[in-house]
Amino acid sequence: MSIIEINNLHFSYTKDEEILKGINLIFDEKSTAIIGQNGAGKTTFVKLLKGLLKPTWGDVIIDGKNTKEYTVANLAPTIGLVFQNPNDQIFKNNVLSEVMFGPLNIGMDESKAKDSALKALKMVGLEEKINDNPYDLTLSERKLISIASIVAMNTKIIILDEPTIAQDYISKEKIKDIILKLKSQGKLVITITHDMDFVAETFERTLVFCEGRVLLDGKTDYVFMQDEELKKAHLEPPYAAQLCRKLNSDKIYITVEEFIKANKR
Amino acid sequence: MDKIVVENLKYKYPLTDKLVLNDISFKIEKGQFIGIIGQNGAGKSTLCQAITGLVPLFFKGAYGGRVLVDGIEVAKSNISDISLKVGMVFQNPFTQVTGSKLTVYEEVAFGLENIGLNREEMKNRIDEALNLLGIYRFKDRNPFDLSGGQMQRLAIAGIIAMQPDVIILDEPTSQLDPQGSEEVFKAVWDLKKRGITIIMVEHKMEKIAEYSDKVLLMHDGKVIDFDTPEKIFSRDDLMQYGVIEPAYTRICKAFDIKDSGLYPVTLDRACEMVVKYNEHN
Ligand SMILES: Nc1ncnc2c1ncn2[C@@H]1O[C@H](COP(=O)(O)OP(=O)(O)OP(=O)(O)O)[C@@H](O)[C@H]1O
Ligand SMILES: Nc1ncnc2c1ncn2[C@@H]1O[C@H](COP(=O)(O)OP(=O)(O)O)[C@@H](O)[C@H]1O
Ligand SMILES: [Mg+2]
Ligand SMILES: [Mg+2]
Repeated sequence: MSIIEINNLHFSYTKDEEILKGINLIFDEKSTAIIGQNGAGKTTFVKLLKGLLKPTWGDVIIDGKNTKEYTVANLAPTIGLVFQNPNDQIFKNNVLSEVMFGPLNIGMDESKAKDSALKALKMVGLEEKINDNPYDLTLSERKLISIASIVAMNTKIIILDEPTIAQDYISKEKIKDIILKLKSQGKLVITITHDMDFVAETFERTLVFCEGRVLLDGKTDYVFMQDEELKKAHLEPPYAAQLCRKLNSDKIYITVEEFIKANKR
Repeated sequence: MDKIVVENLKYKYPLTDKLVLNDISFKIEKGQFIGIIGQNGAGKSTLCQAITGLVPLFFKGAYGGRVLVDGIEVAKSNISDISLKVGMVFQNPFTQVTGSKLTVYEEVAFGLENIGLNREEMKNRIDEALNLLGIYRFKDRNPFDLSGGQMQRLAIAGIIAMQPDVIILDEPTSQLDPQGSEEVFKAVWDLKKRGITIIMVEHKMEKIAEYSDKVLLMHDGKVIDFDTPEKIFSRDDLMQYGVIEPAYTRICKAFDIKDSGLYPVTLDRACEMVVKYNEHN
């Protein structure tokens, strides 16, 4: 069974502008990246999946439940969303209670919630900051806390809206490992990002959003070879692919590692 | 004369014991584009705030050494004087946008009100900045109804409209789409051409390598190196500082493709050198 089904989805914030203009998609267990220009409707789309917004037209079906017929609270045990802006998500004055809030809210008991929160904090590398006030931490750390808060809820679907904002190389690698680990646990991970190299290195499937529609959908290496469409969506291929193009190579590699491996003799 | 001089700068936030800036010294000439790199927590944002005077005028704490802009010591000036000369785009656009203004247009106007421009000039500058960042069509929109990337564009527009002598940008393109990010680097490059001094913190090493005159590599509150992008990214110990080379440099390092001991750091140069290497092998 498909985990998420989207049928003819339309959405508008105001009368004068339609933001999503008819989206049909099916998500299965493949880890999926969503890329596209600023304002394309990516964040709006994942807020619809989470049930925070309801379709103006069409249906969003999450694990068999139509979001029109369920509240955000009903859906919360199934689908978790890490917000683009961590300040929209963080409101407790202690890191551990912040991360425990979600698990408690979906009905985990105190000791299980604590256990789950500590594990998630360890995953993001913040186990030493459990007693800090999130507001004293830097943007990159607040972003990692908001990731831990969702991971701790152990939902079947996890959505990350621009998780690599403000992250250095090491934290990006850490986030990549987290995504791969969640995937190996059988979860569906959907990630919005503007980091093309991160997409090439991490995701099986990539969707390109352009002005409220899905312009491309396919395996990541296929998507990154469609130069014309990428340009139209204000995107670029990953750096290794740019070098391949410039060298007029027959074969396009989308990651530095693949490029090196293929050319070593 | 040097535009910015930092001398033996030391700083500790109140209530913590760590020196987040630990004896930092360097100089920047007028019209240079300086990239600052280093891992999370290295002290990049704090250093930026020390150049704007926010450290120590707003953020108190233990402070030693000096920061001079045009020969004037920032710690002995007042914030509003410095802000006419040095503009800063903060790391988090969600905190830069004041929220006290109803529209995108007013948000940009807010910064300009203190400069004493006539209405005409003010309108021109705002329109120009909004167009440059591709958000003119949202000028009557509430800033909080923008997407994340649009809000980041607004934060940059607000500073560019002020036309300060020095512009500091702390990870200004983290939420921009690839073309938008390239456009911001190009726009900033144009400002540099007009004599504006640019300091930019970025994790996008490919862009830093392409646009910076010099790169300041920071680690644990110290300056590790301050040199050209080729020299910085040819170092073999970058990993130790949580920094990775541009993708093109990584590829060339793997095949030991270099020229006079230096690896290429941009797409064009890497391509040239790979072609030459293939001819000889
Ligand atoms: N509350 C709102 N009211 C009106 N318009 C909105 C609101 N929130 C977003 N929009 C508009 O909807 C469009 C899509 O916004 P969305 O946040 O989904 O974009 P996005 O693809 O996530 O962009 P980014 O990459 O910049 O985060 C944008 O043009 C934005 O200005
Ligand atoms: N307001 C603050 N109070 C106390 N410590 C802070 C504050 N802001 C940053 N720090 C600490 O100072 C160090 C440097 O932070 P920062 O300048 O933000 O680094 P970077 O920008 O390189 O990631 C970090 O250890 C960080 O936790
Ligand atoms: Mg968004
Ligand atoms: Mg910073």
